Amino acid sequence: MNLFRRPPDDEIDEELQSHILLRADDLERVGLSRPEAERRARTELGGALRYREECQDAAGGTGVESVVQDLRYGTRVLRKAPGFTGVAVLTIALAIGANVVLFAALNAIILRPLDLPQPESLYSVHRIAGKSAAQSYPDYIDLRDRNTSFDGLAAYDFILAGFDSGTSPTRSWGIAASGNYFDVLRVQPYLGRLFHAADEHGPNSAPEIVLTYAFWHSHFRSDPSVIGRVVQLNKHPYTIIGVTPPNFHGTLLFFWGDFFVPLVNREEIVGTPFMNDRGNRVIFMTLGHLKPGVTPGQAAADLDAISTRLEQDYPKEHKHAAVSLARPNLYGDYVGGPARAFLTALMLLGALILVAACANLGSLFAARAADRSREIALRLALGAGRFRIVRQLLTEAILMSVAGGALGLCGGLVVVRWLAAWQPFPQYPINIPVSPDARVVVVAAVLAIASGLFFGAVPIRQALRTDPYEVVKSTSRTTVERRFTFRDALVVAQIAICAVLVTASLVAVRGLTRSLHAHFGFDPENVLLAETVLDMAGYRGGEVAPMQKRMLEAVQAIPGVAAAGLISWPPLATGGGDSASVYDDAGAEFTPRTAAATALHFRVSPGYLASARTTLLAGRMLTDHDDTTAPRVAIVNTVLAQRLFGSPAAAVGHYFRFTEATRVQVVGVVETGKYATLTEVPQPAVFVPLSQWPSSDTWLVVRASGDPQPIAGSLRTALHDLDAGLPVTIESWSSGMDLVLFPARVASVSLGVLGLMGAVLSLSGVFGIAAYSVSRRMREFGIRIALGAQRKSILSAALGRALRLLAVGSAVGVALGVLGARVLAFIVYDATPRDPLVLGGVLAVMFALGLLATWIPAQRALSIDPLSLLRQE
Amino acid sequence: MSGEAQLLPGTLDLLILKAVSLGPLHGYGILLRIGQISGQALLIEQGALYPALFRLVRQGLLEANWGTSDNNRRAKFYELTAAGKKRLRAEAEGWRRLAAAVASALAATPETL
Repeated sequence: MNLFRRPPDDEIDEELQSHILLRADDLERVGLSRPEAERRARTELGGALRYREECQDAAGGTGVESVVQDLRYGTRVLRKAPGFTGVAVLTIALAIGANVVLFAALNAIILRPLDLPQPESLYSVHRIAGKSAAQSYPDYIDLRDRNTSFDGLAAYDFILAGFDSGTSPTRSWGIAASGNYFDVLRVQPYLGRLFHAADEHGPNSAPEIVLTYAFWHSHFRSDPSVIGRVVQLNKHPYTIIGVTPPNFHGTLLFFWGDFFVPLVNREEIVGTPFMNDRGNRVIFMTLGHLKPGVTPGQAAADLDAISTRLEQDYPKEHKHAAVSLARPNLYGDYVGGPARAFLTALMLLGALILVAACANLGSLFAARAADRSREIALRLALGAGRFRIVRQLLTEAILMSVAGGALGLCGGLVVVRWLAAWQPFPQYPINIPVSPDARVVVVAAVLAIASGLFFGAVPIRQALRTDPYEVVKSTSRTTVERRFTFRDALVVAQIAICAVLVTASLVAVRGLTRSLHAHFGFDPENVLLAETVLDMAGYRGGEVAPMQKRMLEAVQAIPGVAAAGLISWPPLATGGGDSASVYDDAGAEFTPRTAAATALHFRVSPGYLASARTTLLAGRMLTDHDDTTAPRVAIVNTVLAQRLFGSPAAAVGHYFRFTEATRVQVVGVVETGKYATLTEVPQPAVFVPLSQWPSSDTWLVVRASGDPQPIAGSLRTALHDLDAGLPVTIESWSSGMDLVLFPARVASVSLGVLGLMGAVLSLSGVFGIAAYSVSRRMREFGIRIALGAQRKSILSAALGRALRLLAVGSAVGVALGVLGARVLAFIVYDATPRDPLVLGGVLAVMFALGLLATWIPAQRALSIDPLSLLRQE
Repeated sequence: MSGEAQLLPGTLDLLILKAVSLGPLHGYGILLRIGQISGQALLIEQGALYPALFRLVRQGLLEANWGTSDNNRRAKFYELTAAGKKRLRAEAEGWRRLAAAVASALAATPETL
């Protein structure tokens, strides 16, 4: 038997149709023509539709069937009011969607443990001071061998290396892990084998490399024959021995590596010995599983005792710091604390949005219930139970919230997928690992149903108070509430918040567009940047400078290149770089406290300033003669010149010091630009010759005479011809600036998204108030229209309240938004609300919102037909 | 029509159960059968039949299955369930008692008091 025993509509139709045919057959037999017989049969049966409804009612009853009936009825009712349904579904979809995204993030980042076996017993070892987990290698070995609490203690460090598999060398982030790493974490190979503690035999003894699944997939197209192949890491040969499973990315949530190498081999890759240096805490993190029955507190005490003994044994190198254990995935509280606080705050915001949405929908439903008081009274009079009426109202609310919830869930999942695929900084393997799971769907469903119950419950009191006799007899309830209610305050607050957000997002977008055309102290147009880390191609010491000279010569020979130079870090492309303390020439003491300034420190080749088009204000540029044999010289910017010598003009020819021993002569002064961020205050900067301050990690700055993109290929070829093993990444300076524009972009986008939510909430809030006020005063308006009232006066009576709330809210919001824009100026360059376009835009948005929200109620108020209204009475 | 009698409330269900107890019938057939067994005295409004049928099905007194009529039309046929048979017996008994009581009441004369 069918669980829903009621027959579907089409089955009832079919049966009635069959009845008509059978009756027509009989009529035909007594002499009627077929068409006449069918017509007659149909008339005899009466309105098929009426019987269908009656059949549905007859077949319905209590329990499951009547719920289905309520659902059908609800769907029909909601479909009849598309404006109301649309606004309500959109509102709830937005609120649920926002909560889905936020919960997916919370779930993936805070709630869900690492995707490893027995994650509950996995802890990382932290030194409470500074929350750091860093250890020196000898300390790690002692902790590993002397502790009795851990089932093996592993250690790892991140390394950046040139990875060369014979085709195109790339810069790759990898993890240098202790030999027991995979065994401690209980990771099994996806392919080949992983390295073990037994593979380690002292420094650089295990040239083996394990690839992550993602890197194997992207770099080797999942080719299983790579096992056994030899690749180069910073020009040292390594044998690929295995691939880790697809879900293993190391033990940090946000930072994923491309490969794993044994920690003992870190020395040759990075170039500095560390294995016997107890003072050098190179290990990023140590971690392991607790033995069964050992609590984190006991384990911390155990490690603490070892650390105390180490301080006694090595008082110079080992400073004891209290040990604590934490979860490794967010680096303990260092990232975990702020992440938890941030996400909790966001969840609160999400809850607020949901509550506001429910309150708005509550007033919308109250308006609907007022409209339907006659229908409800009629149903009560015909014997429907009050429980049944309440259930019907709730069914409609839940139907709506579930539809909205489903829409919100889909939208939210799209956003989540986009977030998960997003790599905000292409240079770093930083991911936002928000893969949704069943929990997210469950939360969305629970939120949707709960909010449906919540806002559906608002009109219940109203419905239950309904006295069928009174309503059907029709008492005109024209008492209008004039008092400023809580609901009004809520709507004003929503509108104000919406106006703030709209103002802020417009300010941010305008600032962002302006900042793309600001003056940076250099001209990023038509410039290509290429980072060259000569270490990665095996250049050491004296080999570096000649290679850099060859690179510059090769690049300058490319047709279409106007100028080229080298710089240790290009302004606005890396988010910051080296800085150095600068002292007065006459200074007596050289400690950071007595420094005249802390200046950003750029090592440049003589051609850099010309390539960047940084204007020289006084003195001379650097030349090839400013080399190791010549006296140390520097070019300072105006801010540093001002700090050191009182004025830019006075600087040239004078001296300052980096340390007591390094005395430097200022030979030129250049304009001050933006270096680390767009919103920074003007910073002191100093440019020193690369030949006097050698570095193997430099960026080629290549100015093209026209569009730089065609040159990118020739640039790559030229560098490849010089050394095929040198990893090169080429990008335009403008796109390199994405990094510094990132906060501004994120601010604009998130403010825009929040503004949109605020707009939808205000829309449903104003709509609710306007609809309610029209519904309650239908009769009054009917009478007024009958008495000859003007459309204008009806409209102002119907919508005045809603529009007044909108005006108050907007005014408060814009005022707050203008104040708030000052805060925004820290994130977005040149953010100012004193911009006619911004103010005009905000007013236009709020006006459009008001128009949209009051459109349907206004139409209703105007289309009141006094005759039909009075006839109802 | 002069030959028709007004249906008392509750009697429609009884008539339907009785009609169906004589053999499976489709809706239109039930109308004809009631007319036939009541000597055309009881005529039921055609449309009112179907809500009653659905109600009886829901109460588990009738069972409905799609089939083919004598003249090859697709139609839904109704049959009594066991519960339906029991209900018919009970209702028929009740009706007879009522009818007898009413008849005896109507037959009363001042002499019999």
